Amino acid sequence: MKFPLFDYACPTSLAEAVALLHDRRDEAMVLAGGQSLMPLLAFRLAMPRLLVDLKNIPGLDTIRIGAGGVGLGARVRWCDIEENAELPTAHPLLAAAIRHVAHYQIRNRGTVGGSIALADPAAEMPGIAVTCDAEIAVTGNAGARVVKAADFFLGPMATCLAPDEIITQIRLPPWPRGRRWAFEEFARRRGDFALAGIALFYDLEPNGDVANAHIGVIGASDRPHRLMAAEKAINGAVLDAAAIAAAADAASSAVDPMADHHAPADYRRALVATLVERALARAAK
Amino acid sequence: MLVTVTVNDEAVTVDVAPRLSLADFLRDNLRLTGTHLGCEHGVCGACTVIVDGRAVRSCLMLAVQADGQSIVTVEGLSEDAGLTPLQAAFRKHHALQCGFCTPGMITTAHALLSEEPDAGADRVREVLSGNICRCTGYIPIVEAVLEARAAYLDKQGAP
Amino acid sequence: MKVANALIGSPVERVEDPRFLRGRGCYVGDIDRVGQVHAVIVRSPVAHGLLRGIDGAAALQAPGVHAVITARDLGPAVPVIPLRLQPLPQLDLFRQPMLANEKIRYVGEPVAVIVADSPALAEDALELMELDIEALPTVTGRDAAQAGDSVLFEAHGSNIAIEWRAVRGDAAAAFATAYYTRRETFRVQRHAALFLEPRGFVAEWDEAAQKLTVWGAAKVAFANRTILAGAMKLSEQQIEMVEVDVGGGFGSRGEFYPEDFLIPFAARHLNRPVKWIEDRREHLLAANHAREIECDVEIAVTKEGRILALRGHSWADIGAYIRTNGSIAPRNTAQFMSGPYAIENIQLTTSSITTNKTPTGTYRGPGRFEGDFVRERLIDLAAKDLGIDRVEMRRRNLVSIGQMPYPLATMTPYESVTELDSGDNHALFERCLQEFGWAEKVKQQGKLVDGRYRGVSIACFIEGGAAGPSEDARIVLQTDGAYCVYVGSASVGQGIETIMAQIAGDALEVPLERIRVRHGSTSDVAAGFGSFHSRATVMGGSAIVLAAEKLKEKIRAAAASALGCAAAEVTLDSQIARALSGGEIPVAALADAPIEAAATFHNKKYTYAYGSVAAHVAVDPKTGHVAVLDIASTKDVGRMINPATLKGQSVGAIVQGLGGALLEHLVYDQDGQLLTGTLADYLLPTADDFPNIHATVLEREPSPNNPLGAKGAGEGEIIPIGGLIANAVAEALADFGVEPMELPLSPPRVWRMITAARKT
Repeated sequence: MKFPLFDYACPTSLAEAVALLHDRRDEAMVLAGGQSLMPLLAFRLAMPRLLVDLKNIPGLDTIRIGAGGVGLGARVRWCDIEENAELPTAHPLLAAAIRHVAHYQIRNRGTVGGSIALADPAAEMPGIAVTCDAEIAVTGNAGARVVKAADFFLGPMATCLAPDEIITQIRLPPWPRGRRWAFEEFARRRGDFALAGIALFYDLEPNGDVANAHIGVIGASDRPHRLMAAEKAINGAVLDAAAIAAAADAASSAVDPMADHHAPADYRRALVATLVERALARAAK
Repeated sequence: MLVTVTVNDEAVTVDVAPRLSLADFLRDNLRLTGTHLGCEHGVCGACTVIVDGRAVRSCLMLAVQADGQSIVTVEGLSEDAGLTPLQAAFRKHHALQCGFCTPGMITTAHALLSEEPDAGADRVREVLSGNICRCTGYIPIVEAVLEARAAYLDKQGAP
Repeated sequence: MKVANALIGSPVERVEDPRFLRGRGCYVGDIDRVGQVHAVIVRSPVAHGLLRGIDGAAALQAPGVHAVITARDLGPAVPVIPLRLQPLPQLDLFRQPMLANEKIRYVGEPVAVIVADSPALAEDALELMELDIEALPTVTGRDAAQAGDSVLFEAHGSNIAIEWRAVRGDAAAAFATAYYTRRETFRVQRHAALFLEPRGFVAEWDEAAQKLTVWGAAKVAFANRTILAGAMKLSEQQIEMVEVDVGGGFGSRGEFYPEDFLIPFAARHLNRPVKWIEDRREHLLAANHAREIECDVEIAVTKEGRILALRGHSWADIGAYIRTNGSIAPRNTAQFMSGPYAIENIQLTTSSITTNKTPTGTYRGPGRFEGDFVRERLIDLAAKDLGIDRVEMRRRNLVSIGQMPYPLATMTPYESVTELDSGDNHALFERCLQEFGWAEKVKQQGKLVDGRYRGVSIACFIEGGAAGPSEDARIVLQTDGAYCVYVGSASVGQGIETIMAQIAGDALEVPLERIRVRHGSTSDVAAGFGSFHSRATVMGGSAIVLAAEKLKEKIRAAAASALGCAAAEVTLDSQIARALSGGEIPVAALADAPIEAAATFHNKKYTYAYGSVAAHVAVDPKTGHVAVLDIASTKDVGRMINPATLKGQSVGAIVQGLGGALLEHLVYDQDGQLLTGTLADYLLPTADDFPNIHATVLEREPSPNNPLGAKGAGEGEIIPIGGLIANAVAEALADFGVEPMELPLSPPRVWRMITAARKT
């Protein structure tokens, strides 16, 4: 499984990278950590003629934490997130979800931008982005723009990125103290892609009612998305067993799971309900 | 393309095709055949090497990406005479049978213990879950890595 | 003869380890020959069809390509792979041609070989190959196979290749009068050995000497040499098969595949060394598959729980061809389904069914894993129905020590009669219960703890070992006083260099450091039979014992000559030869020229290691996930050579078994396309999955069948794992009335069973 033939470019500026991608837009692909791209090349499922490596472009690998929220440079690696001492407090849901990504060696090279660009429906990062109303900053030949996560993922392995666009940053809104959250995923083995996963958070009103619930699902639809009906089931009241059950039920109706040789659709549907239940129970503790 | 890397403390400059994987570069160009190819798609871990201090799957890296970086392979974690404490622990616990996954286990364990010499059994299992072994059933490998911690703690000075 | 016990029985650290730990092993992928070129196999993308044409013209023009070899280049008659084991003439028509020439029968079937300057260039050329295949309807399961609308072998007319029969006593009579019978259908899924080092060869032809050297030999190098010689029309003496370090085999590596011929052929065809290393995607398609079977079996039992009979029929999905050992698993399923239990009436048949899938072969405990799944499940079902404790039921039925040797069912065709050699099943069973802590853990049975249902179970197994017919060993006392032991056994990673050195050391009464072992290559001994059916320690080891005796006689004779006394007066002690009448000479000094002795150990009787395995599981009823909380196993091997490596085999086998019970599955679609073509899809156990396994290995009842008293022991513990886990899950989910009949027990399958049970 040797890689197909390609040229390799290692630009030192974003502009240079964009220009390369634009000039050879039918045959160029972006290379960041390579942890999802290289297997595709090994199987010759992708046959780019040019790889544009982002590694020498400055400014893409920082984690910014501030009043405005959390900014993850596109080349931030999973291990950078794991090793950042502030993130468990600044964004506990992100920190928890990332613990489920792949394996030790992959986490040393795999990047946030790479995962977002790949848009695997079962991947954690796209799920976090969508659940948390993230914004994805992108630069291309037509200029820079910011895309809401909800608009970014179009389907399995499909995003709204133009061929000459590069993700530069993922921005997560600020995370208030006192926010409740949970991440629950079920995979066959540690590090495998989730058969389904739930990322959620909610805030508490002074009277204990749930507000601003965000419940996102991965692995059970053709792309990560929020489960509005499940959110509705818990917003505006105290989170009790009945509300949890209602949310779980609503969640399983709101997904349109794929069936594959790993799991049939009805199983995934039931799994979503179970994970919503467990996540909410955990968040409430 | 010219690539300059430091491998096991030795600087080399080689002209390589862009599509040459780091694994094949080490094995074929540098004749360091200790790094093994078990899957070439980033799952089995037999190809694990240490790049700038971090364990990576060399089958998922291009040699050209390693330009300017420092690489340690299983050969670089070995001594001319005798076994290192990590290797001795593997031998003592019978943590290898066919030996094919072993270099990847050694590099991964070394990377882990260099950063976390007090890693517990769960953490060791978590980290090693990215390395497939078909022979041992993993139990003795985990035991060996746990035993080797003492040597890494010593290196650091007792915490 | 008695063999001293200084090294044997000691957990000696392995001599192989230093080079493996340093990354200085030499596997076939590490071998490069001057001037070598690289081969890539062109494989059919279609599961069933008529091969109308192959156009390699464009591929031949691709950069760096030297040749595109098709069946036309192999001569007027395309050679086929013979059956190495159970070579019945009626199976001849199912043999696989080295390259497809008229018909394609499975996705992955080799149709051509591209040879180029590098593997990457050869793969580039692969894209340019044009195959003209007229598709035929695919046969991917038992129903389609039996319906016979589409047939793989027109000359045979059906997809049922052969039927194996295991018979003992009078099953019909037993069923007619039995107090209780139960009949069920069980299914085991297709899975495979998945050794970590992919297969490969480096072949080099010496035109001047008319000699062929092949690196990458494994398992049965001598048999493969014979096959290769026949296919290439060379004499065996012209071929040297060299075994280097081998990254696992488990029964699958080392059987003769098309590539075993194609790569040497290419080397001779081009008169250049040719190297081929399989990649993982190819491996999943090309290396032997295993285990897929459907079994319709019934059990007959007395009121007191004594098993009277097993009767039934199985359909083994053997894939598109019968390769060297494709008959073993189907026949074993029938012959060994009774396991260590005293079942006097047996009538079990297995049909081997051809389908458009990768051909099958042996994988650790072939046919035994499948048979044990059926039997252990039936025992638990019967026990439940009869209201008898499952543990007690097993006690009542295990073959007792007083019944040894205990005959098993007779197999036809290719008649084979075998018997359990020795053993105390009951003692191992009780020890297993004790090691496991059954009394405490069984209290958790069926309970919901932290959201998961707990279940325990125990299963018993036998492991056949020491297949004959013989093995050769040659020991040379070298001029430097060290001993070189050559043996025909093959390494598959099991520590042969150490084990054989321990045996040789004790037989020669020499320290381990003085001994070097060379194994597996055809230049080492005159004839060899390799490593399969857990035979290396017994067969190779016993041959070494015999050779050592002969060598010591020669050494005594040489000493007698030097010391001027009779040979009978010479004693050998710590490498010094002493005459009774006084006078001594160091043994090393006797070897001005090397002194050597060779011996052959013949064996007709299998050994049977045996034991029990117990498991504790926790089932999450909502996700269907089965967590294996812990496993304890016991096994008696008659005589332990190295307790450490032996225990290593046990733990490794258990984990492989758990992979088979819970994770691993080669899944095909209706068109015969393999859906699980990567290691992300084919799920192997990882370090995180099964952290609690305790294996106990014992030497209690030696085998009477060889001078070591040892029993072959490389496979055993994998055998009962399917039945064991299924029973444990059934116990855990007893409240739901869930009865697993099919493997693997994946989360979706377990969930489905629970959901279905809830509805009724």
